[in-house]
Amino acid sequence: MDEIFGIPTPLLFGQLLLGLINGAFYAMLSLGLAIIFGLLNIINFTHGAQFMMGAFVAWMLLSLGSADAARIGLALMLLPLVLLLLDWLWLKLRLAQPIRLGLGVVVSAAWIAACFLENGGPVSQALGATFPNGLSYWWALLIGPIVVGASGVLLERLMIAQLYKLDHLYGLLLTFGVGLIIEGIFRNEFGSSGLPYRIPPELSGAWDLGFMFMPVYRGWVVVAALILCLATWLVIEKTRLGAYLRAATERAELVQAFGINVPLMITLTYGAGVALAAVGGVLAAPIYSVNPQMGVNLIIVVFAVVVIGGMGSILGSILVGFGLGVVEGLTKVFWPEASATVIFVIMAIVLLTRPAGLFGRA
Amino acid sequence: MTTTRRQLLSAAGAATIGTGIGGRPWQGARAQAANTIRLGVITDMSGLYRDTTGPGSVAMTQQAVADFGNRGFTVEVLQADHQNRPDVGSNLTRQWFDQGVDAVVDVPTSSVALAVNQIAREKNKVHLNSGAATSDLTGAQCSPNTVHWTYDTYMLAKSTGAAVVKAGGDTWFFITADYAFGHALERDTANFVRAQGGRVLGAARTPFPATTDFSAFLLQAQASRAKVLGFANASTDTVNCIKGAREFGLHRSMRLAALLMGVVDIRALGLEAGQGLLLTESFYWDLNDRTRALTARSRARNQDRPPAMVPAGCYGVTLHYLKAVAEMGITAAKASGVEAVNRMKALPCDDDAFGAGHIRADGRKIHPGYLFQVKSPEESTSPWDVYKLVTTTPGDDAFRPLNEGGCALVRS
Repeated sequence: MDEIFGIPTPLLFGQLLLGLINGAFYAMLSLGLAIIFGLLNIINFTHGAQFMMGAFVAWMLLSLGSADAARIGLALMLLPLVLLLLDWLWLKLRLAQPIRLGLGVVVSAAWIAACFLENGGPVSQALGATFPNGLSYWWALLIGPIVVGASGVLLERLMIAQLYKLDHLYGLLLTFGVGLIIEGIFRNEFGSSGLPYRIPPELSGAWDLGFMFMPVYRGWVVVAALILCLATWLVIEKTRLGAYLRAATERAELVQAFGINVPLMITLTYGAGVALAAVGGVLAAPIYSVNPQMGVNLIIVVFAVVVIGGMGSILGSILVGFGLGVVEGLTKVFWPEASATVIFVIMAIVLLTRPAGLFGRA
Repeated sequence: MTTTRRQLLSAAGAATIGTGIGGRPWQGARAQAANTIRLGVITDMSGLYRDTTGPGSVAMTQQAVADFGNRGFTVEVLQADHQNRPDVGSNLTRQWFDQGVDAVVDVPTSSVALAVNQIAREKNKVHLNSGAATSDLTGAQCSPNTVHWTYDTYMLAKSTGAAVVKAGGDTWFFITADYAFGHALERDTANFVRAQGGRVLGAARTPFPATTDFSAFLLQAQASRAKVLGFANASTDTVNCIKGAREFGLHRSMRLAALLMGVVDIRALGLEAGQGLLLTESFYWDLNDRTRALTARSRARNQDRPPAMVPAGCYGVTLHYLKAVAEMGITAAKASGVEAVNRMKALPCDDDAFGAGHIRADGRKIHPGYLFQVKSPEESTSPWDVYKLVTTTPGDDAFRPLNEGGCALVRS
C-alpha cells in the first residue's frame, strides 16, 4: 500500500474528504457572519446560539407528538414570527408606532403566559394535535430558517438597531450577551446532555468508495452547503438586490437618497444571515448531539474563518471555510492534539502578513 | 471573583429558603448553628455535566436529609456551581468552610475534586465525593478527610475493559479526551487489556472541549484494524463519537466500548444508536426493589425522572455521613472532619441505592459494580428503561486493591 509521510494513501483521501465536509459547515456559518458584517458592520456573536436554535427547531418539529417540551418550546419560538406578521398587519391598518408597540407587548405577554398554562396552553396543544407524528427533517429544513430568521429580525429591530451609531464593539458585546442568554435558557429547559435526532431514512446508509465508507448524509451536507453558498454568492454578486446591498455597504446615505429602503434591507440581511445559521443547525442535528452548547465551539472557529477570509468578504469566507476544513482534517491525521489550535495559528499568521484577510480590501 | 461571590450567596440563599430543611432559617439561624449540620453541594449547574450531576445531585442530597429524619439536630443543604473550574471550586469551598459549612458533597470533574480535596484536609472538614472519576482521590492524593463514594476510573476500566476482552476483543484503539480524566481512563483500561493478553494498537487524543466532529479520529480507528474501539471520554463527546461510529459503519467491524457513560447519555443518544453498548455503573434505578422504592420516593424532587448514578451517590454518602454524625454526636462531628470520616469508615454502610457496603481506610467506598448492556428500542418498555444487567462484580473485586493505590493512609 502506498504511503505519504507514513500515512496510508486511502486514509489520507478519507481525511481530505472529511475535511471538506467539516469545511461545508464552516463555510455555511461564516457566510452568514460575513454578509451580516458586510452590511451591518456588526460581528454577530449570537450566530452560534442561532445555529443551535436551528437544530432545536428540527428536534421540536420531529417530537411534536411525543414530548411536551417540544410542543411548548416550538409554541414559544413561533412568537417572533407571529409578532412580525401581526406588526405587518397593523402597519397595513395604519396604526401609530406606540400603539403597535403596545399591542406587541400585550400579545407577547399573553402568548408566553398561555404557554405556561396547564398542559402547555392552546397553541402547543393545537400543534401536538395537528401533527401527532411530528414534522420530518425536510419540513425542518424549511421551517427552521423561517422561525429562527424571524427571531433574528426581531432581535435586529428591537436591540441591534439601537447600536448602529456606536462603535462595533457594542454590537459585539450585545450579540455575545444575547447568545449567552439564549444558551442559558435552552440549558435550563432542555438540560445539557442533548436530545436524540435520527438521520432521515432517505439519507441513511453509506457508499463504499473503496478507500473509505462514505455516509450518504455527509455527502448531502456538502451538496446542500455548496448550493447554499453558490446561491448566496449569485444573489449578492449578480442580482439587482445584491447590487443595492453592495452599494449600501459602501454608501448607505446615497443609496437611501435614491429611494431605497436601507433600514429594511439591513433588517432582512440580518434575518437572512441568521436563517443561514439555522439551516446549518438543521443540517447538523442528525450528526452531532443536539445540545445547548453545540454552537459554542463552532462559533470561535467560524469567526476565525471570517477573519482569515477578510471581514465581510463572501467569496473569502466560502473558500476559506472549505480550505480550513481540509487543513484541520489533515492536522487530525498528523498531529491530533493540535487540531483545535491550527486554525488560530493560521489566523495569527494571516493577520500579521495581510491584516485585511486573504480576500479583504484594506 | 464578584460574580462567584454573588452566585454563591444567591445559591445559598435560594437553598436556605427553598429547601425548607433545617427548620426555619429566618428564626435566629445563628443561635441554631451549633445544632445544625451544614452540607454544601458543589457541582456543575451550568455546563457539560449538569444533567448527570447538577440539580439531580442537590435533589438527592435533600432526599437523604429527608429520609434521615430528625435525630436531635437539623441539617441545612446549600448549593453552588463550580463551572467545572478548579479555581472557582476552590474559592467557593474555602468560603463555605469559613462560613461554617461542615461538609462538601458531590464535586464532579476530577480537576476540581483534587483541588477541593486539599482544602478539606487543610481546614479539617469533610469531602463527600460522588461525581469525580479519578482514582487518584483514593490513591496518590488520598486524604483522611475524604470519602470517594460512587465510582472511579479503575472500576470502569476493570469492569467494561475486562468484559470486552473476555468476549474476544483483544486488540484496542482509543479515542481519548486530551486531559487528566481521559488519560487516566485510557491508562487504566489499557492496563487491563494488556493484563488479559490483549494489545493496544493506538490512540487518538482529541482536544477537549473544542472537538465537535470526531469522524477523522473514527477513520483512524478503523484504519488501525483493532477489534475494539474504546471511548475514554464522557458526555457529549461520547455521544458524538457513537453517533459518528454508526454513521461510518464502524459498528459492523469493531466493537464499541464506552468507558464512562450513564442513563442520561443513553437518552441523549437514543436507543436506536446506543443498543448493544456495554457500560458500567454502580447504580441503576431499576436494579432491585430498594432502588425502585428510592426512585419512586424521589420522583417529585427529581422533576419526574429517576436518579442517575452520581446523584444516587450523593444520596448514599450524605445518608451515611448523617448516620455517623448522629452516632458520634454533633459537637464532635463538627469539631473534626477526620474524626467524622473515621466514624464513617468504622460504621457499616447500608442504603437503598447501593445496598450493604463499607468504606476502606483510603476513603474508597466498596460496593458492587454492574456491567450493563443497552437495550434495543423493542426491548425497552418505558422511556427510562434502557439497561439489561450482564454481570455483577462483587465489591471486593470491583475496585483497586487497597495496597496498590499508593495511598499514604494505608501504610501508616
